[in-house]
Amino acid sequence: MSEHTHTIVGPKVYVSILFALLAGTALTVWASFVDLGVWNPVIALAIATTKAMLVVLYFMHVRYSTKLTKLAIAAGIFLLLTLISMTLADYVSRAWGSW
Amino acid sequence: MENSPAVAELRADRPSYLRHHFQSVEQQADASNFAMWLFLLTELMFFGGLFTAYLIYRNWYFAAFVAGSHQLNVIWGTLNTVVLILSSFTMAMGVWCAETARKSGLVLCLILTFILGLCFLGIKSVEYTEKFEKHHVPGQHYSLSSFLYPDTDEAATAAGDKPLPLDMARHTEVYFSLYFAMTGMHALHMIIGIGILVFMIVRARAGAYTVGHVTFVENFGLYWHFVDIVWIYLFALLYLISRH
Amino acid sequence: MSTDTLVTPPEQSAPTIPEVNYLTKEYGLRSWLLTGDHKRIAILYLISLSFFFCIGGTMAGLIRLQLLTPHADLMSSDTYNKVFTMHGVIMVFLFLVPSVPATLGNFLIPMMIGARDLALPKINLLSWYLYVIGGILVLYTMISGGVDTGWTFTTPLSTHYVNTNVLSTCLAVFIAGFSSILTGLNFLITIHKMRAPGMTWFRLPLFVWAHYAASVQMVLATPVVAIAITLLMLERMIGIGIFDPTKGGDPLLFQHLFWFYSHPAVYIMILPGMGVISEVVSTFSRKRVFGYTAVAFSSVAIAVFGFFVWAHHMFIMGISNYAVLVFSLLTMLVAVPSAIKIFNWAFTLYKGSITFEAPMLYAFGFMGLFTIGGMSGVFLGSAGTDIHLTETYFIVAHFHFVMVGGMLMAFLSGIHFWWSKVTGRMYSEKMSQMAAVVTFIGFNLTFFPQFVLGMLGMPRRYASYPPEFQALNILSTAGASILGAGYLLAAFSLLWSLKYGAVAGNNPWRATGLEWQTQSPPLTENFTEAPIMDHEAYDYAWLERQNSRDEVPHGE
Repeated sequence: MSEHTHTIVGPKVYVSILFALLAGTALTVWASFVDLGVWNPVIALAIATTKAMLVVLYFMHVRYSTKLTKLAIAAGIFLLLTLISMTLADYVSRAWGSW
Repeated sequence: MENSPAVAELRADRPSYLRHHFQSVEQQADASNFAMWLFLLTELMFFGGLFTAYLIYRNWYFAAFVAGSHQLNVIWGTLNTVVLILSSFTMAMGVWCAETARKSGLVLCLILTFILGLCFLGIKSVEYTEKFEKHHVPGQHYSLSSFLYPDTDEAATAAGDKPLPLDMARHTEVYFSLYFAMTGMHALHMIIGIGILVFMIVRARAGAYTVGHVTFVENFGLYWHFVDIVWIYLFALLYLISRH
Repeated sequence: MSTDTLVTPPEQSAPTIPEVNYLTKEYGLRSWLLTGDHKRIAILYLISLSFFFCIGGTMAGLIRLQLLTPHADLMSSDTYNKVFTMHGVIMVFLFLVPSVPATLGNFLIPMMIGARDLALPKINLLSWYLYVIGGILVLYTMISGGVDTGWTFTTPLSTHYVNTNVLSTCLAVFIAGFSSILTGLNFLITIHKMRAPGMTWFRLPLFVWAHYAASVQMVLATPVVAIAITLLMLERMIGIGIFDPTKGGDPLLFQHLFWFYSHPAVYIMILPGMGVISEVVSTFSRKRVFGYTAVAFSSVAIAVFGFFVWAHHMFIMGISNYAVLVFSLLTMLVAVPSAIKIFNWAFTLYKGSITFEAPMLYAFGFMGLFTIGGMSGVFLGSAGTDIHLTETYFIVAHFHFVMVGGMLMAFLSGIHFWWSKVTGRMYSEKMSQMAAVVTFIGFNLTFFPQFVLGMLGMPRRYASYPPEFQALNILSTAGASILGAGYLLAAFSLLWSLKYGAVAGNNPWRATGLEWQTQSPPLTENFTEAPIMDHEAYDYAWLERQNSRDEVPHGE
């Protein structure tokens, strides 16, 4: 896939993503001032992940990229999640005692 | 050798920016795009280690992390987030200008991205200076007084913090270690990006990126967006812990 | 059967070294130090790797000499700690990780897939320079007093309790890690984007599959050790507290991040060697590799599963019992793809037409010794037995069996196998066969007693030991001297061949593979025209049809 054949993403898309990102920022700041108990970090991460996905799909053109690119990104994210979850699992389960 | 098909292939129809070991411009652009994505994956894993450390210690020392987070200025942080999102927008527009051969548009977008990047670093340095003055930089001069006696500290009072027990107060140093490690590593990547932007602005003015060969701009855009994404997560995780 | 799909090889009845090749294309130091040619970069790597192998090997010799006697007679404990640390750091980071990929991989992958060069030649050169800088930093460390934490830099020893050159070593490892990342990156792009027409994934030589799998690990795992080392350096320099229990940090966090890389690292080290063995076993049995798909997918499976088992290096360090359980179970899983490969090689041999040239002798050595080493790994992956065997000589024997008996033998096998392609000359078969046998004998004598020592309870990384272990230690040291002699003999045979070796011709082994259909040494651009791949991998029938008219004398 080259520059000549792939979709050129235009300003309209970029502007709408920009507004979505700014809205997300406002939302996440507002949400952090509201007491939602255990849901606060979940919501913060959810909003951050949505913003990141918008940047990846549209600003970084992954929506219009080859399968290989998408697969590579997925593999990287999967591995990162493995690192985080399996390491955290050790730390969390230490508190459970011997058995 | 002179008349072999390979040499002819080397001469005819090959733009100057097509390296000798590639068969076509498409292959070269494809390969360099994939290369940049793989590099970004290494960056993802690199920052990933820091995020892992952060999540572990936040789980263990939540109270310390809350107190530490209250020491950061939400306004500066939000402003920085907006600045970076805008810079991602201008960078994406720059790539569009390159793809549609709009040379002056490209130069403008790159210059705007550059300025926004500098704004980010400026705000960051204001924040770092404040941290330095309040002795919240980990190491020999780290001070626990803001956490043991929150009424002596503006930010802590404003957030309504209670005094922390001594051991939890000590753990705030871990929070700040991660704060400086993560934002510092991020800032380093911004500085490198801004340096490359300067190079690109010069080259863009010479028309290097508007003759069909936009790979450099596109790949740099990927890098810049990645740095933005890292900040999106840093902002949420470092600045917005329990502000109610 | 089109004969214009590949370069017509030069006249084979009386082979001479072709005048125009990648070595003669340009002369002078600049043409080597600023080269973009993947073959020249491979040679640069080979020279620097050999240099560091010699230093690491000397360290090994010192270790074995020290352990001849139960007391710390040769060196004090502190010095001994520095010696085994240097041995580990050099052998792991400066030898094993880059060994096959940076030399044989760099040289052969473009040729095997029908490309002119790797995708990013300048990045390739940069990766060599980064390797050299890392190596120079290690040399600096040695000269300025060494480091004594062990190559694993366990915290809090490395952050708070030693006064040795941890920082320079960490920086060296960081930089060498980037060299590895760039190599892996280059391979991934090249294999995905630059295959010749007709070269589908399942026509690739298994050497390429193995390097692909290892490259995925290089690219994704190495950055994590980079951050681990960065945090270690910050902890040591400023005392940030991230691994410091007095400030609330956890020393085990370093180990999680460190082993997240260092376990996949062992697969980074062994997979390319397994790729070599696939090629060698096929060629010297005159038979296609049994179960090509299984071998290809098992390489990928090793790469994937290898990411999920790192904490089996930490069973006794303080992780939770639940984590121990999970990681122990997953470790059992990761042994399966490796075993699949051994089965497939064995079935390749079955009813093959086997000959015993030096590369094949090394390959046999690999198969036997890697199997033993791998099986001893099962004892260690099983948490209950690991509690007793860990940090003893059992572990030392385990990893030396897989790394030296396995990987180093595979490296030597590959170097001998492709020596004729790289240099145009044949090594001395008798000398090299003898070297292979001597190495095998020396290796077993060195490391088998260490399994016994480990079971009897001798701890690793100790400068002295209880006197009842002396007999086995003497055996081990005796074996080490035989092993060293074997390596010297192998090196001598190869170097001798540069001046006196018979001219090889383009395909002395009558092997399949695109690299063997070109001249030896190859042209800088590898092929005069882009090859078209129209046959399956390891297609010996195709090869016979190609060469039915040629007499290819096999050099003496």
